[in-house]
Amino acid sequence: MQVTLTINGREVSRDVEPRQLLVHFIRDTPGLTGTHWGCDTSNCGACVVLMDGTPIKSCTTLAAMCVGHEIATVESLEVDGELDPIQQGFHEMHALHCGFCTPGMLMTTRALLNENPRPTDQEIRTAISGAICRCTGYQNIVAAVRWAAEHEAAFQQEI
Amino acid sequence: MQTPAPFQYERATSVDGAIAALVAHDGDARIIAGGHSLIPMMKLRLASPEHLIDINDLEHELAYIAERDGEIRIGALTRHVDLLGSDLLARHYPLFADAEEVIADPVVRNRGTIGGSLCQADAAEDLSAVCAAVKARVVIRGRDGERTVSMEDFHVGPYQTAVGDDEILTEVRLPLRSGAGSAHFKTERRAGDWAIAAASAAVWIEGGTIADAGVALSAVGTTTIHLARAEELLRGAAPSDELFAQAAQIASEDCSPSADARGPVDYKRHLASVMTRRALRRASARALAMEA
Repeated sequence: MQVTLTINGREVSRDVEPRQLLVHFIRDTPGLTGTHWGCDTSNCGACVVLMDGTPIKSCTTLAAMCVGHEIATVESLEVDGELDPIQQGFHEMHALHCGFCTPGMLMTTRALLNENPRPTDQEIRTAISGAICRCTGYQNIVAAVRWAAEHEAAFQQEI
Repeated sequence: MQTPAPFQYERATSVDGAIAALVAHDGDARIIAGGHSLIPMMKLRLASPEHLIDINDLEHELAYIAERDGEIRIGALTRHVDLLGSDLLARHYPLFADAEEVIADPVVRNRGTIGGSLCQADAAEDLSAVCAAVKARVVIRGRDGERTVSMEDFHVGPYQTAVGDDEILTEVRLPLRSGAGSAHFKTERRAGDWAIAAASAAVWIEGGTIADAGVALSAVGTTTIHLARAEELLRGAAPSDELFAQAAQIASEDCSPSADARGPVDYKRHLASVMTRRALRRASARALAMEA
């Protein structure tokens, strides 16, 4: 079937089998390999992308189910060489080691900050409870989200 | 790579259209909503439907939590995240939020639906016990119209419900009765895991007496366990720790857990008892408007 998806604001079209999972459509068709394909069982969160702004696990969603919806991947965060504050926070606070979980962590926490600009540490931990980091870097991930929240708040005050 | 076996995909534009498609495919089609039970089953070849009928576009018909005619009515396509955030449910049946906080994780809860959870009828799934405890009734629609069934009749067997091949679950109805209190307790190995054991309890207290009670268990049998014997014990009695301990004893006797990676049988029976006692204690405290 012909599936046309809007990914990061661009229309991407391809003839695929209905059984193609969103994660593979994203990685294969526009070649956006930032979205990682991890456990394949909706446990690890490496494949999280945003659908109409809501984080979802792309390994457990059919590409065909996303027709008519806006998909955003980790590649959408950086704009014209400017990192999103959440990316900058991960950089500043050393919130990644091997980096495999990072795309899902970034999209999950970006969505958190969009909903809740000043989350508590507990709210951050709850938000990422569906995202597994096997380098055991949760402490720094929480610190990175806090960094991003604080810097976004400061930026908002400036304008 | 885990990929489902091939199937044909179509999107429903109405509930009646979805039913017509089910009828046309004569038992070879399945409804897909959030997909967080069905897609993993299809990846593992535990399910291989030839047709999938996507009902995600039917939010206008099937996604709502509303009070009507002395009931709370929940559309089958209502997602876990919306059950967790519902003020109406929090006010009348706080066990929904108790359960939703520990069902999978927030990202999964953005997609999974109450209808999907109930129709999956996994014995370890929390909402089946929740709905059994509050004596919910579910509306099942087919080409010849609607019927309403109790949770006892809805649960037919492991992964089996009263919903026929050419029918669709459309709504969950919760009775609104005075003096209600409810709670759900779950023990899991780690955040987001299935329960080792979980208990849902609801009590309706009138004049210091339990007028009615509902108790159900998750993950300690091949289906959701309806604790009829405990409900009988509770009905007409005054709430007390001793009474709840007796009901908890029944829970440990009337469940039928299997030993697996989550624990041995005696541990699960013990947990069923402890979860039941805690759920009843908190349900009762909530009914008496005192948070335990």
